[in-house]
Amino acid sequence: MHHESEIRLPLILGDKDYHQITEDVCRPVEAKPSKWWWIAFIAAFSLFLYWVAVVAYTVGTGIGVWGLNKTVGWAWDITNFVWWVGIGHAGTLISAILLLFRQKWRLSINRAAEAMTIFAVICAASFIVSHMGRPWVAYWPLPLANQFGSLWVNFNSPLVWDVFAISTYFTVSLVFWYSGLIPDFAAIRDRAKTKTRKIVYTILSFGWVGTAKNWQRFEEMSLVLAGLSTPLVLSVHSVVSMDFATSVIPGWHTTIFPPYFVAGAIFSGFAMVQTLMIITRKVLQLEDYITIYHIDMMNRIILLTGSIVGVAYMTEFFIAWYSGVEYEGYAFINRAFGPYWWAYWSMMTCNVITPQLFWSSKLRTSVTATFIISIFVNIGMWFERFVIIVTSLHRDYIPSSWTMYYPTWVEIGIFLGSIGLFFTCFLLFAKFCPVIALSELKTIVKSSSSQAKENKDHHE
Amino acid sequence: MSSKSVFGIFEDDEHLLKAVSAVREKGYHIVDAISPFPVHGLDQAMGLKRTRISIVAFMFGITGTSLALLMMWYMNIFDWPMDIGGKPSFALYKNLPAFIPVTFESTVLCAAHGMFITFLFRCKVLPGVEPRIIDLRQSDDRMVLEVELHGKQDAAALSEILKSNGAVEVK
Repeated sequence: MHHESEIRLPLILGDKDYHQITEDVCRPVEAKPSKWWWIAFIAAFSLFLYWVAVVAYTVGTGIGVWGLNKTVGWAWDITNFVWWVGIGHAGTLISAILLLFRQKWRLSINRAAEAMTIFAVICAASFIVSHMGRPWVAYWPLPLANQFGSLWVNFNSPLVWDVFAISTYFTVSLVFWYSGLIPDFAAIRDRAKTKTRKIVYTILSFGWVGTAKNWQRFEEMSLVLAGLSTPLVLSVHSVVSMDFATSVIPGWHTTIFPPYFVAGAIFSGFAMVQTLMIITRKVLQLEDYITIYHIDMMNRIILLTGSIVGVAYMTEFFIAWYSGVEYEGYAFINRAFGPYWWAYWSMMTCNVITPQLFWSSKLRTSVTATFIISIFVNIGMWFERFVIIVTSLHRDYIPSSWTMYYPTWVEIGIFLGSIGLFFTCFLLFAKFCPVIALSELKTIVKSSSSQAKENKDHHE
Repeated sequence: MSSKSVFGIFEDDEHLLKAVSAVREKGYHIVDAISPFPVHGLDQAMGLKRTRISIVAFMFGITGTSLALLMMWYMNIFDWPMDIGGKPSFALYKNLPAFIPVTFESTVLCAAHGMFITFLFRCKVLPGVEPRIIDLRQSDDRMVLEVELHGKQDAAALSEILKSNGAVEVK
């Protein structure tokens, strides 16, 4: 059996046995949703309906209803796309990279974080489709035999790489998430008291029975999926960054982009996991599973990746001067001191300064402070993408075409609506799926729960 | 010759592991063990062979690599080479750096999905399959050990072995 040092803090608090874990995790699925769930759901669903309306308006009328112009051809649409994709990265990092590193604290948060990944990628993809203006030709970037334009798609183009990267990322994350859910759906099925629930979860669990051979294959598959997802998650945001980096726009054309984007993605993703988890653990009463220790661990990753992002900002600025390219230099001076200075300094404050507060263990282990800082990071990372995209574009090589960009109510509506879409999905997930990977969590009861640690003290 | 199954129900995974070794030592045939979570060391104790699912993933992966390279070579090099921005498509090896991302994504796509589909079919875990439930708590906090009796093997003796190794119930 696996033994663990007593110095390590327990990952499961309270006197929990296997049955108690099943009870605690299945309770939200089996009970009627609380008043707070309904309030949140109605709010999120209304925002989602608004999203449907503004997207329909955009598609029906054309991209002209947005604030884009000839100089600034990408703005909130791609800002939101990159923001959402980035948020998704934390889920894969938790479930894949932490699995490879054998970090047991991933177990209480991996399920919800993976769900977050999937919903975030759905939101991101919705921006790609809506910014096309003609979503009915969204299949054009696919390598299909056709009779329009150039005969085949250009595989040298990062935009085509992106199509492959995002679709692979979405479907592989879905498989990873669902394969973990199968045994947990089976647990709900075997406990089901109502007929409908029995039928629904029998279908969802694919008739799973935890035989020794099935578990052996399950564990091997999780490991291989983690091994595949690790380079995948690093590649996805690298490819997203190459949409910018392979262009010749000053401020975009930099080799630092792939690692800097990946660090930023993990940074923003963990912030969103914190935002969601702090609410989820409270509302679903899962404080014994998602402990202060889990929050502390995630805050450390926020501190690390936030510092990487901070160093990247400064490196970019230094290289813009050191390269001696005046356009590059101007792009960065313009970012910090031009008309969008407020966006740049919001980004710097939220992304570089706020995470540094986590050097204090008091703040790292404070739920309120974590929640507030996580919101700051979410805002900061949105501004990062806005700064990169809009400030690099709005003053291009010809000063006569210099202009400003202002979003219209439609773009603001699509952004707010996408948050509604995200939370609608997440709330449905929290109602109908076990938010904690209960089968996998049971494997650490004997090594990492608080009573296991206490028993060990008694023996010695 | 008739064969009959005896089910030992356990509450603790360590008891299950002990029982598996004891039952096998006495020459009984273990049909299966069902547990609510993966019990480490159970596959070795039962003498199960290593799963080959990772080999399947590898095979699907290299299929994905080959398909992607073949597709890009056919579309961009062979069938309709394009000169975009003064960067012509002359030969696969010259374009390879630009083809790496799609090759990689396709490898991962095929490996992950191929493995998952193989997993579902090999475990016979598919929508509409009726689960084989021996104890409703087998997905909660109970482990089931299914042992088959052959010929003159005695159910009472087996039950005794199971109980002495911590079975809470034998049926």
